Amino acid sequence: MSAADVDPRPFGPRQLLICLNGVVWRESLRFLHQRERFVSALVRPLVWLFIFAAGFRQTLGVSIIPPYDTYVLYEVYITPGLMAMIQLFNGMQSSLSMVYDREMGSMRMLLVSPAPRWFLLTAKLVAGVAVSILQVYAYLAIAYFWEIEPPSWWNYLTVLPALALAGLMLGALGMLLSSLIKQLENFAGVMNFVIFPMFFASSALYPLWKVREGSPWLALACELNPFTHAVELIRFAFYGQIEPTSLAVVAGCTVVFLAGAIWAYDPARGILMRRGG
Amino acid sequence: MNQPPALSVERVTHAYGARVALDDVSFSVAPGSFTVLLGLNGAGKSKLFSVITHLYAPKTGVVRIFGHDVARNSGAALSRLGVVFQSRTLDPDLSVEQNLAYHGALHGMTGAERRPRQKALLERVGLADRARDKARHLSGGQSRRIEIARALLHAPKLILLDEPTAGLDIKARADILSIVRDLARDDGVGVLWTTHLVDEIRGQDHVVMLHKGRRIADASCDQLVAEAGAGAIGEAFTKLTGARASAEEIEA
Repeated sequence: MSAADVDPRPFGPRQLLICLNGVVWRESLRFLHQRERFVSALVRPLVWLFIFAAGFRQTLGVSIIPPYDTYVLYEVYITPGLMAMIQLFNGMQSSLSMVYDREMGSMRMLLVSPAPRWFLLTAKLVAGVAVSILQVYAYLAIAYFWEIEPPSWWNYLTVLPALALAGLMLGALGMLLSSLIKQLENFAGVMNFVIFPMFFASSALYPLWKVREGSPWLALACELNPFTHAVELIRFAFYGQIEPTSLAVVAGCTVVFLAGAIWAYDPARGILMRRGG
Repeated sequence: MNQPPALSVERVTHAYGARVALDDVSFSVAPGSFTVLLGLNGAGKSKLFSVITHLYAPKTGVVRIFGHDVARNSGAALSRLGVVFQSRTLDPDLSVEQNLAYHGALHGMTGAERRPRQKALLERVGLADRARDKARHLSGGQSRRIEIARALLHAPKLILLDEPTAGLDIKARADILSIVRDLARDDGVGVLWTTHLVDEIRGQDHVVMLHKGRRIADASCDQLVAEAGAGAIGEAFTKLTGARASAEEIEA
């Protein structure tokens, strides 16, 4: 064969790793450059913590439920929910940035890489999760001074895999949505129809037994909501425990959402064709 | 053995719903040639571009890059291809160097592989002193030149440019055109240059005309002018398409 046919740079595991590294590096760099995004990502849960939780402290009594072995303050109860909320917003924001990237052409830059497309999308997802974990730890650092802390220092580490998995699930959901959203402006729709229902119909703000007392239907919706399981996975991991049901639901949903997103972004499906340019 | 064409587009048809965007389009780009894809806005140039870059697959037909099928063997095909998109795709918040590093990583290049090439390419496009500047601070023409350097970073032997001079002033247009022509002549890079501006075409260029999704001409510029009995390529284009484009576009 001719000289031009010698593969210039065969894509092996090493190249894939370089590629993944590059995508995560760029996403983190972009995040650090967008200071407003960082601040708002941090302020949102802190507002909930300092204002909402403080106000509700007296109204809502939380009984002793696992993983807690004692009465806990409401602020302590909602902290895993707020950690998951950070990841939920981040996942949806990444989806927004994918719609934006698609319109601006940098999504095309990513997709002309010789790496397989499923890998590129997964790399993009991992990059978003890395950024969300950064945000969660920044929040935990501030919450620590509010005396919200896990039973042991060690638990800051045990929560990490839960955050990674929950982040992957929410990011994959965002990616799937990004393939459905036609234009940037539709983010308000994502807020109304995805973020709010997912967040409020979950165990993030109130324990499910309490919801059940008020409305069994709502409790059922909460139980079916994958976000509830993300919250519970984080809650138990923050106390050094594994909640098997939540783990299974979150892992299962991650696979389904990611497969859906990869399917949607398949060149033959042509979801990107819409605007083709 | 025969060297395969840098790019071969074989009977590509694409439609959404009832609208046929590309209708049985075939042509090829020889290694080291400067091929112009000429057509009005909406002729299907950008659609074809998306198909070649594997953004989406055509309904029927095949695109090969140095013999590698873009749909089936996209890794091998895309690693040989450099692209400059019509929309600006530099990350404005990152420096020129960071933008290039990102691209290098997407192509699996290590820093050690990338740096010497990056330096040479920035010198080539005359922007070696801007490596540390944020992309936001570059002019339109400078951004384009960086995008060309970026497209060449992984040493492809085929480069696609989608209306690269759109929105640039005369000087910037001339600079970019001359950089890319040198690439074809001196480095043997096959170039596919998409445009609707006939003044960017020279006599010996290979011209592929696209009109309403169909290929209506495929020959050298001189040949097309002679065959159409026209005085210049703009006139030949008008004769071939029947529909006259706005004067400023064709006679610019």
